[in-house]
Amino acid sequence: MTTLTRPTETGYANGLLPSPAALQLIDQNGRSGGNPGKLALPEPDVLRELHRRMVLGRRFVTEATALTKQGRLAVYPSSRGQDACQVGAVLALRDQDWLFPTYRDSVAVLTRGVPAEETLSLLRGEWHCGYDPYEYRVAPQCTPLATNTLHAVGLAHAARLKRQDQVALVLLGDGATSEGDTHEALNFAGVWKAPVVFLVQNNGYAISVPLAKQTAAPTLAAKGIGYGVPSMLIDGNDAAAVYAAVRAGIDRAAAGGGPTLIEAITYRVEAHTNADDATRYRASAEVSTWLERDPIVRLDGYLRAKGLLDDAVAGQLAAEGDRLAAEVRDRMNEDVSVDPAELFEHVYAEPTAALERQRAAVLAELAELEEPAP
Amino acid sequence: MSTVMSPGGPASNGPQTSASQGTLPVGPSQVTMVGALNQALADSLAADDRVVVFGEDVGTLGGVFRVTDGLAKRFGEQRVFDTPLAEAGIVGTAIGMAMNGLVPVVEMQFDAFAYPAFEQVTSHLAKLRNRTRGKVALPVVIRVPFGGGIGGVEHHSDSSEAYYTHTPGLRVVTPGTPADAYRLLRQAIACPDPVIFLEPKRRYWSRETTALKADGPPIDRAVVRRPGRDVTVIAYGGMVATALEAAEAAAEEDWDVEVIDLRSLSPLDDQTLAESVRRTGRAVVVHEAAGFAGYGAEVAARLTELCFFHLEAPILRVTGLDIPYPPPHLEQFHLPNVDRILDAIARLEWEEDNAQPG
Repeated sequence: MTTLTRPTETGYANGLLPSPAALQLIDQNGRSGGNPGKLALPEPDVLRELHRRMVLGRRFVTEATALTKQGRLAVYPSSRGQDACQVGAVLALRDQDWLFPTYRDSVAVLTRGVPAEETLSLLRGEWHCGYDPYEYRVAPQCTPLATNTLHAVGLAHAARLKRQDQVALVLLGDGATSEGDTHEALNFAGVWKAPVVFLVQNNGYAISVPLAKQTAAPTLAAKGIGYGVPSMLIDGNDAAAVYAAVRAGIDRAAAGGGPTLIEAITYRVEAHTNADDATRYRASAEVSTWLERDPIVRLDGYLRAKGLLDDAVAGQLAAEGDRLAAEVRDRMNEDVSVDPAELFEHVYAEPTAALERQRAAVLAELAELEEPAP
Repeated sequence: MSTVMSPGGPASNGPQTSASQGTLPVGPSQVTMVGALNQALADSLAADDRVVVFGEDVGTLGGVFRVTDGLAKRFGEQRVFDTPLAEAGIVGTAIGMAMNGLVPVVEMQFDAFAYPAFEQVTSHLAKLRNRTRGKVALPVVIRVPFGGGIGGVEHHSDSSEAYYTHTPGLRVVTPGTPADAYRLLRQAIACPDPVIFLEPKRRYWSRETTALKADGPPIDRAVVRRPGRDVTVIAYGGMVATALEAAEAAAEEDWDVEVIDLRSLSPLDDQTLAESVRRTGRAVVVHEAAGFAGYGAEVAARLTELCFFHLEAPILRVTGLDIPYPPPHLEQFHLPNVDRILDAIARLEWEEDNAQPG
C-alpha cells in the first residue's frame, strides 16, 4: 500500500524536519517566546537552577580565561555565549544518562558535577582526562571533532541491548557536522533506534570558517531527515528552550522512540581559544549583536519579571560564583604534580616487558639527575 | 566500501566446523582456519554474555569469508548483527559499547577497507585507557582479513600490520595455523586490551588435524614452529607456512632452519627470538608487507641490539616490494616465496663460518 505524499509533508508529520524558525520559550527581552512549538516551559525551580548554573558557569569561564593568560592553563576554549546550551542540556539529563562533551564543553562537564580541578585537568595539561567517566557518566572531553558521536551511539545501543533505561547526549558543533563520523553516527542511530540525543551547538564558526562555508543545507537540523532522525531547531541562547528540547529528546529515547537531532543556534562570543585572533575573520558589530542576546541577561530578566529572582538572591549567587572562582584560582595556582612513572601505567592493562624496561630507564635517568655532583 | 572481489571459490567450501552444531569435537579432527575462527567466536559468545559480534555482512550472510557463519541464527540478532556499511561507525560504536560493559568483536571486511576506521582506532581505541588513567578499558577485538596471495583485485590484499603496531595501546596478533587461530581469537576476546586480530586470508582454507584448545602459549608469546640449529627464520600470519616450506627445502641443502611464528606482533616477544638467534647466529625476517619501514625493520633492529655479539651475518629481510599491492597477475612477483627465503639464507655469510653446514 503506497500513499503519495510529498516528502516534506511526511517529514513534518514525523518530526523529521525541524520547524522553519527556531523554537523559543523566552525571547531576548526576557518575555515569553513567540515560537514555543510543542516545547513546554520548565517549572520555576528548573528555571532558577538554569539561571544559577549559567551564572556559575560564566564565572568559571572568566576565571579559566584569566588563568590561561597567566600561564596556569595550557589553553582555554571559551564557551561564553553558549551558556544556555552548556547548562540547559546537562540539567535535562537524568542521573543514569551519559554526557559526551567536546573540548569547548567544560561548563557542561562542571554542571554535570565534575569538580572544577578535575574538569580542567585536560586544559591545564596535567593529564588528558582528569575525572573518572563512570563516576559522573561523562565521557572524556573529545578533541578530535565528531568522533564522540559514534561513542555515544555505541554506548546508547549497548544500554538498549542490556535493556537499561539510559540515554546518551552528545555535544558537537557546526563544524563537526561536516565530519564523516557525524553522518555515520546519525545513520547508525537511526537504523538502530539508539537512545541518543545529538545537540549541535551552532555557534557560527569552526575556528574562523563561517557556517556558510560549512554547509549548503538550509539548517543543520534539516540533515536529520536523511537518516530518518527526528530533528528540532531551537534558539540556543534560550536556556528554557534548550532544557525543554533536550528533555523531549531524552523522553523520546527512553520511550524507545530512538534518536533526536537538535540544532541550537548560538554564538561563540570569544575567539576559538586564547591563541586565536577573531578580529581576523569577523566584525565587532556582529559580536555586539550577539552580546545583546546574552542568555543569562535574558533569563535574569524573565525571572525578575515573574518575581522568581531579586537582588538579594542575585547577590548570594554572585558570592557563590566568587567562591567557585577563588577555589579554581587556588587549585590552578598550585604547582602541577606529575609522576613520570605513571607514563607507563595505563598503556595496557599490564605494562609490557618493553614498557617496564623503558620505565626503569627513565627512572634511572631521573635518579642520576638527582644525585649530587661528585 | 564496495567489495569487488567475491571470494566465491574458497567460500563455497564452507567452514568445516559449523557454529550451529555447537560444541567442540572431543578429539582431534580436521579443521580449516575459517572453521577454527568460527568455533572460537561461537565458544566466546556461549561463554560470555557480554560478547557481541557485528560488522558488514556478518549476520545473515555469515561474512564474506563465512567466518561468522551460523552465529546470528544460533545467538540471535541481539548478539550477532549486520551494521550499516561504514567502518568508522563500526569501530566508533564498538568503543561506546565497550564503555558500557560489552565486549565487541567486530569485522573489517578487508584490510584496505579498515582505513576509514583509522582515526577511531588510533585516537580513541588505542588511547582511551591512557586518557582516563586506566578508568576506561576497551576490550574490543577488530578482526581484519589481511594480506595477499588470493588473487584479489586492488584494495583486497594489503598488509596493514605496521600501521597498527606503531600505535601504543593496541595489541596486534595474527595466527599462522588453524589451531592457533582458535586459541588466539579466544585469548584476544578475553583480553582487557584492544586487539587488532589480523587473519591471513590466504590461509583461511588451510587444514589441520587438531583439537581446538584455548589454552597453550599466552597471547603475547612467539612459538618455535620448527626447531633448527643453523638459522632462525621469523615469520607471522600467512608467511608461517611459506617459511616452513622453505625450511623443508633448505634441509635438502643441509641447512637446519628454525622457524619462529611470532603470533603477537605487538607486544613483540623478543626474548623467544633472542634465545633462538643467540643459538643460531643468523636470522631472516619474512613478511608480505613492503620492506621499507616495515615490521621486519623493528625485528631486525631489536635482534641486533639483543644479539649483536652472537650474529654471524646481518639480519636479512625477505619482504614484499616497496610498491602498491599489484594486480592478481603480478602478485607472484611481489610476494615472498620459498626461493626468495632460500636465497636470503644463502646470503648469510656462510663462507666465513667454521660451522658451515655441508
